[in-house]
Amino acid sequence: MSNWPALERFLRTDPADVGCEQAMEVLHVYVDLVAADPDAAGRYPGVTAHLAACGPCCEDFRGLLAAVTAERR
Amino acid sequence: MVDTGGNPAATLDDASAEWIRALNATGAVRDAALARLHSLLVRAAAGELRRREAGTWVPGRELDDLAHQAAGDAIVALLGKLGSFRGESRFTTWAYRFVILEVSSKLGRHYWRQHPAEHLEAEDWDRLPGRLGASPGEDAEHAELVKAVRQAVDETLTEHQRRLFVAVVLNEVPLDALVARLGTNRNAIYKVIFDARRKIRAFLVANGYLEERGLRPS
Repeated sequence: MSNWPALERFLRTDPADVGCEQAMEVLHVYVDLVAADPDAAGRYPGVTAHLAACGPCCEDFRGLLAAVTAERR
Repeated sequence: MVDTGGNPAATLDDASAEWIRALNATGAVRDAALARLHSLLVRAAAGELRRREAGTWVPGRELDDLAHQAAGDAIVALLGKLGSFRGESRFTTWAYRFVILEVSSKLGRHYWRQHPAEHLEAEDWDRLPGRLGASPGEDAEHAELVKAVRQAVDETLTEHQRRLFVAVVLNEVPLDALVARLGTNRNAIYKVIFDARRKIRAFLVANGYLEERGLRPS
């Protein structure tokens, strides 16, 4: 049988994943940290795990980061 | 418990403190702050709609309306929570979060204008390989695994988990569209899909299709 890494990635769940509600609750704090220092994402491992697995929340993260970055240009 | 990243509530920076002072004021000072905030949020909403390429499926004049509606609704939500702003981020970052979430919610509702309700229930398992990153040429090789995933769905998921798994994974219904359709919240749907993923994976491991730490070697 062939490898199917995308299926494996999709099915693998991360126990650290905090879910949408908690991730969105601190998204503004997370984005300000990441905008200042991309390595700072490590301070919120549960949020980072969630954004890696949840497309819609990751989209919100990218949108908020884009808005903040545009403002500071 | 909220993942705070060990970041305690911070002292407000000068610009954020000025926003809070003006929005808590009365008369012309508050009106001017609200007008400035509205303008910022309309610009952020319009930028977000462009970034998501919403213009490819939302007519141009509706895009402008969506941006204004998102900004208006974001301001209402924000003012209701103004007392909870603790300065853990800049005020504008906190404010933009409201409008970004409004954009997501409004695009989720807009989805059903272009997709029939039946889209929620249709089951075409041949789409699974494409949905999970397999190229068309590999479909035949993945047929056995697709069959196993379908068996896992049939045998291990509840009816509710199955319905949402089919909608999200097979039919690519966006989570925010499901939220609008089912009158629930994103976290509730994510949790159902999260549990479904765990169950399907456990079935595939138990039946030898996956190894505990990854795919069975070919």
